[in-house]
Amino acid sequence: MRARGVSKTYRLGEVEVHALRGIDLELEDGEFVVILGASGSGKSTLLNILGGLDTPTHGEVRYRDHLLSGADDRALTRYRREHVGFVFQFFNLLPSLTALENVELVTEIAQNALSPREVLERVGLGDRLRHFPSQLSGGEQQRVAIARALAKRPDVLFCDEPTGSLDYPTGKRVLEVLEQANRELGTLVVVITHNAAIAQMASRVVRLSSGSIAEVRLNPHRASSEAISW
Amino acid sequence: MVSRLHRALIRDLWHLRGQVIATALVVTVGIGAFVTMVSTYQSLARARTDYYATYRFADIFASLKRAPDSLTASLRLIPGVAAVQTRVVEDVTLSVPGLAEPATGRLISLPGAVAGAERVNRLHLTAGRYPSPRSDEEIVASQTFARANALSLGSRIGAVLNGRWKVLRIVGLALSPEYVYEVGPGMVVPDNKRFGVLWMNAEGLATAFSMKGAFNDVSLSLARGASSNDVIDALDRLLAPYGGFRAYGRADQPSNRFLTDELGEIEVNATYIPAIFLAVAVFLVYTLLARFIAIQRSQIALLKAFGYSDRRIGLHYLEFALLIVGLGMLAGLALGGYFGAALIGVYQRYFHFPILRYRLSPSLFGFALAIALGAALGGSLTAVWRAVRLPPAEAMRPEPPRSFRAGVLDRVGLMRRLDTVTKAILRNIARRPWRATLSILGISAAVATVVVGRFMFDAVNALMAVHFNAAEREDITVTFNEALSRGAVTSLGELPGVLRVEPFRAMPALLRAGHREKRVSVLALPPSGTLRQLIDARGRRIDVPPKGLVLTRKLAHLLAVDAGDHLTVEQLDGRRREFTATVVRLSDEPIGMNGYMDADALAGLLGEDAPISGAVLQVDTRREPELFASLKRTPAVAAVSIRSATLETIRDIMNRSFILMTIVMTAFGIVLVAGVVYNSVRIALSERGNELASLRVLGFTRVEVGQLLLGEQVLLTLVAIPAGCALGALLCRLLVPAFDRELFRLPFTLTGATFGFASLVTLGSAAAAGCIVAERIARLDLIAVLKARE
Repeated sequence: MRARGVSKTYRLGEVEVHALRGIDLELEDGEFVVILGASGSGKSTLLNILGGLDTPTHGEVRYRDHLLSGADDRALTRYRREHVGFVFQFFNLLPSLTALENVELVTEIAQNALSPREVLERVGLGDRLRHFPSQLSGGEQQRVAIARALAKRPDVLFCDEPTGSLDYPTGKRVLEVLEQANRELGTLVVVITHNAAIAQMASRVVRLSSGSIAEVRLNPHRASSEAISW
Repeated sequence: MVSRLHRALIRDLWHLRGQVIATALVVTVGIGAFVTMVSTYQSLARARTDYYATYRFADIFASLKRAPDSLTASLRLIPGVAAVQTRVVEDVTLSVPGLAEPATGRLISLPGAVAGAERVNRLHLTAGRYPSPRSDEEIVASQTFARANALSLGSRIGAVLNGRWKVLRIVGLALSPEYVYEVGPGMVVPDNKRFGVLWMNAEGLATAFSMKGAFNDVSLSLARGASSNDVIDALDRLLAPYGGFRAYGRADQPSNRFLTDELGEIEVNATYIPAIFLAVAVFLVYTLLARFIAIQRSQIALLKAFGYSDRRIGLHYLEFALLIVGLGMLAGLALGGYFGAALIGVYQRYFHFPILRYRLSPSLFGFALAIALGAALGGSLTAVWRAVRLPPAEAMRPEPPRSFRAGVLDRVGLMRRLDTVTKAILRNIARRPWRATLSILGISAAVATVVVGRFMFDAVNALMAVHFNAAEREDITVTFNEALSRGAVTSLGELPGVLRVEPFRAMPALLRAGHREKRVSVLALPPSGTLRQLIDARGRRIDVPPKGLVLTRKLAHLLAVDAGDHLTVEQLDGRRREFTATVVRLSDEPIGMNGYMDADALAGLLGEDAPISGAVLQVDTRREPELFASLKRTPAVAAVSIRSATLETIRDIMNRSFILMTIVMTAFGIVLVAGVVYNSVRIALSERGNELASLRVLGFTRVEVGQLLLGEQVLLTLVAIPAGCALGALLCRLLVPAFDRELFRLPFTLTGATFGFASLVTLGSAAAAGCIVAERIARLDLIAVLKARE
């Protein structure tokens, strides 16, 4: 995945906001990338553009043969459908479907999907398949959401503050699942977070500041999710 | 601060304008239908009361063979009688310029040459003048008849008066309270081209019909508090020696009877149609407000934290409901006023009043306001109560996640076979069964409305098919002005183009069974006849039995007799014999109400030589013009009725009035479906927006997300359509008794085309409403769902 000279400008009422200013970034398959930055640094905007939810004002974004910059809704939907998984800060599961069914909902539209049951077992929810979201804890719901994202075997998994609404032990459990997916499925994982501790797990850390890349740091000694704490 | 809250209210209404409009529209239709019907009813009823009072519409009516004018004094002395008007009334064949076929004219004598000389049933002269005192050719014509035939002052009409050809000249046009609805004898619908009332000088008319110093018709008005039945009895006693037919009151006076039936029908429509719409409006207000309050939980908490009282907060949301309903009500009043005036315009074509002004009474405004207020309160109280009861701390937290549990469908294993989207849809329905039920009821009501709107078409078509294909199959009916011998059949057969002649005798008779009695015609038919037939409920021919009486089912019902019972038949013409007859069976012709007997059997009972009073003819249509020309000048012919003209008139009326009804009811149905579906989908979108957006993020296409959003309504609509067809059929079934009249009976018939039409209209408007909301899927904020819950 390659971003070249990506800028994003919003109009907020009378004011022009430069959320991103000339970002150049290349992400390789199998990486675990953590994007750090303060509020308003542009990290969410970058994630949205890389994830095909938004298009840049200037610059070019490519994923394999997909040109994302300037693409229309149909093309972006196809990109997300075929290649991308998302994990949200809030889980947004369908309350009317069980854990298993929430995952099945996604595998039904995917080609080459994993077995929903297996993915849920992998995230440690093998015994909660028939529970509805309202019967699951926050951490369990987040893991269903991750399973839902992983089940279609995405090439890229984007996570926006995946531990943001979880308590410490649950947050750690979720990170373990992300790590496992990166390791076992070779998924490119991109996490944006305030939480600098998570950066220890990354193979690469990107720090954003005022819409520009302030620092890119390779991390040759990745810590396991068990080893980190915050 | 209060004004702040109000400003927030306006902003919220604007923000939710789609749902506000949809809900308000349903209220508009409900109030609109109510105002239309009630104002039309009031306007017609008022016009009738005024007309009858101003022009002294009589209370009692009687006709007789012939009585001397000297009897008038005795009539005046009947206790309870205020005014008496004796007249000569004769039906004659007319030759109207521009009309190929003969028309029937009812000649009525005028007691004086100036307006107001009539003691009852005064004329309302709309043009010209009364005939001059000595003239025997000047007439006042019914304005309706003149207009239909493009006749004006000075126009001449040919008439056969007692066997003599006479040219009459129109010098005045008038309306009469006796003929608000101007139908000829035996007609179901007014045919103003072929039937008209003509008034002429008493002297001229009496001379022509050898009635000098005599009369054959009486109308009288009652003194205040007099008993109608006592006067009728006294009148009958006095007229009996003079060949008096039974006297009757206003209730049986044909024109008034029609008007009363029509008013009754409007009254029925004024209740159930608005009720359906207002019930749905209550439901829509409730769902809209409940969702709105759910979204505003945190705002409610904030207001409470600031110290707003429960009452103030409750009032705020109540105002929200009141504004929506108020908006709908105002539009409904306007719509009702518009449609009411339009409907009065339609009625003006059939009911002829000197003044028929459309009135919207102030009390109706009050009534509409009360109904709207009721709907607003009914829809909002529970939801508002819930908002008020919310403790501030709980209200601060976001709405708790909707909890689902495995339902019956899961337990029986049905769910396993379904795809995930269907499961989600079914569980959403099962979680809020009452909401789904109300949605189904709302949409069903709409389907039913459309079905009811087409019912009249189906029923009248079926009625015509049965009656004119099975019961009255003749091309032309000829009525003589007096009973003739059977030899007349031969003469009729010799007229040009006549292929077949079947004589009949229509004997005016009083049928009595116990204390019940009814004045009808006993029709004596030849057993071999095939043009005029008796039919059963399925339209199959019944043979005229050699002995005994067949009664129209409605007549049997009114007399409370059934096959096998006996009744007394009192002849009201000729020798006034009386005999007892057995009801052999009942017949089911949908138009008219008669007793039927074998012609020879009746002649035997009366000891007569089987005279005939008319004949039904089958004719060669190519020679009709010749035939009409000779019938116009045949002295013995009093009236000619032509089947094709009757059919044309009925079709014309159907096309003019029923189409309006169909269009209006269909439009109402569309509003109802669209209102229910639009609001349901908007609420679903509001509740599930985040879930749906997150699916979009995961690569679901707009169409796939649309299926999830709309699937529920599609399913509910598909359930509601057959339910609505059934409900519509039930409503029509309930309406049928309102059309079970002496003059005609509408069958309970609905065609597949009607159900298909209602289904298509419903599907179409549901799809349109759904698509308008689905358009918003494109605007779902995909980025926001990554961040926030609301």
